[in-house]
Amino acid sequence: MSLTLALVVAVLFAVGTYLLLQRTLTRVIFGIAVMSHGANLLLQLAGGRAGDPPVVGDDGAARIVGQSGGAGFVDPLPQALALTAIVIAFGLTSYLLAMAYRSWVLNDSDEVEDDVEDRRIARSRERDTAPEEAR
Amino acid sequence: MDLILVLPIALPLAAAALTLLVRGSRWAQRAISLVTCTTILVLAIFILLAADAQGAVVTQVGGWSAPFGITLIADRFGAIMLLISTIMILIVLIYALGQLDDEREFLLHFHPVYLVLSAGVSASFLTGDLFNLFVAFEVMLIASYVLITLGAGKGQIRSGMTYVVINLLASTMFVAAVALIYAATGTVNMAQLALRIAELPEGLRLALGYLLLVVFGVKAGIFPLFFWLPDSYPTAPAPITALFAGLLTKVGVYTLIRTQTLMFPHDGAPSIVILVIAGLTMLVGVLGAIAQNDIKRILSFHIVSQIGYMIFGLGLFTLAGLAAAVYYIVHHIVVKTSLFLIGGLVETATGTGALRRLGGVARRAPVLGLLFLTAAFSLAGLPPFSGFVAKLALVQEGLNLRHGGIVAVSLVVSLLTLFSMTKIWGGAFWGPPEQSGDRVRDDHGVVKLRLNPLMLGSTIALVGLSVVISVAAAPLYQLSERAARTLVEREPYIEAVLGPAEAEVVQQ
Repeated sequence: MSLTLALVVAVLFAVGTYLLLQRTLTRVIFGIAVMSHGANLLLQLAGGRAGDPPVVGDDGAARIVGQSGGAGFVDPLPQALALTAIVIAFGLTSYLLAMAYRSWVLNDSDEVEDDVEDRRIARSRERDTAPEEAR
Repeated sequence: MDLILVLPIALPLAAAALTLLVRGSRWAQRAISLVTCTTILVLAIFILLAADAQGAVVTQVGGWSAPFGITLIADRFGAIMLLISTIMILIVLIYALGQLDDEREFLLHFHPVYLVLSAGVSASFLTGDLFNLFVAFEVMLIASYVLITLGAGKGQIRSGMTYVVINLLASTMFVAAVALIYAATGTVNMAQLALRIAELPEGLRLALGYLLLVVFGVKAGIFPLFFWLPDSYPTAPAPITALFAGLLTKVGVYTLIRTQTLMFPHDGAPSIVILVIAGLTMLVGVLGAIAQNDIKRILSFHIVSQIGYMIFGLGLFTLAGLAAAVYYIVHHIVVKTSLFLIGGLVETATGTGALRRLGGVARRAPVLGLLFLTAAFSLAGLPPFSGFVAKLALVQEGLNLRHGGIVAVSLVVSLLTLFSMTKIWGGAFWGPPEQSGDRVRDDHGVVKLRLNPLMLGSTIALVGLSVVISVAAAPLYQLSERAARTLVEREPYIEAVLGPAEAEVVQQ
């Protein structure tokens, strides 16, 4: 496994995590996208070291799987898996963007809102800390 | 080549395409959905009968033999889950026909999405391939993203965003887990993984096992990964919340049990980590439920605490523990879905789910009171209802293995469950009748609630089913035991996929 690629995977996951923890929806979406790139790259790495180019080898001779023994070929399965995962991530990123746009239309802001429970707790704290005469 | 395993996945997908083609005709859409859901229910019955007779039914898709092709497999556990999920899908569909307004049902394409969801659920239960499990999960989740934001109201977008992001995060981790597992073993076929993961060094095996535990833990909603659940479920329309509550988290539990028993067996020793998680999940879930003041939110927190019981059964890693878990899942899916459907009926008829504004529902609609009592008692585990049988089995096995702590927690949680159910009962069903909703007075001047016959009929059918589960407890429990035996032995599963030669390794 190439060290450079392994480091790239680590950086992608780190950046993705950082972006996911932001309050702005667009950054969250970028975080998801970057992180799924990391996962797909990891899937590529799982196939082992790089092999010969598919149809034509390094020496220029035409190759057919099976004929040349197939020893120098890269494992194709993780590439198929990554392709599937990329398509799914692509579809979902566009769905997320549509939702973020809808949220912006409804709220005029790009921030993640507090959930119901958070708001309830915030309200009760305000009530408790308000000065006596204001109640 | 056994085509019967392909149909529960292929049929709903084809029907989804068909409903889009006939989107002008409302009756055609409804007819296609109903016929498809009924057909896969019948298929699921046949699959269960075949799986119970043979131990497991296998199809190698495209005729490619096991480790190279894609394997579909229904062992007893998978077939039970498939049957119970198809029953839920049919009943909730009928309920939805009565509840959803025209805009949500037709303009926003409820039918195609619903059918895709059912295809995804079936595929999750039938797949024998780790990466295909990811794809099945995604098919199911994408459909659920659309359903949970159906109508795109303000609250739905807010909670839907949390739901989508947290599930995407879990899915990304799932892809990473698949990549690491493939790098370590060179396969994604679950039966082959069962053989190869056993050869890995201890530390790596633990790391992979816990990574999958986290991934499926997010989907199942176990402690401390459940925070998205009680917030996002209640905002969707009632039938959708009911289906999500009954099915989706249980798909997570199913995969958790499947992967942990097949790929990371504990050789009969209980897993302390899983038991501790189970105890905390039960306790935190039920305490959350007690603090809530809205029917749907109380019920949503209960999903979390109930998941704890199933994980408890898994954590014991014995035949009896897993049998109890299987029975518990079946009981829970039926009871939880029916409670949400009843909550939906109350909400639709009165216009609110807030306990403060409700009252006297038991007088205004006695049948709802009866249905709620049956389901609530069953959830809390009062004899003679189905929850009692499930909890009794868990507690017995827990005591046999001398895990008194978790047994004590589970009993306390049962009491608290009953307490929070009386909260709904006292707030919504008793008290002076609120004069909201449709005004049709009876002889005593009480305003009767008008209930939609489709919604009421399907709810009654579901509560009836939960009674059947408790009446037929003996044969059902024996079936769960047989299912648990295949889970513990592992050999029938591996033999069915890879052939007898490979399976002998496990036997030795």
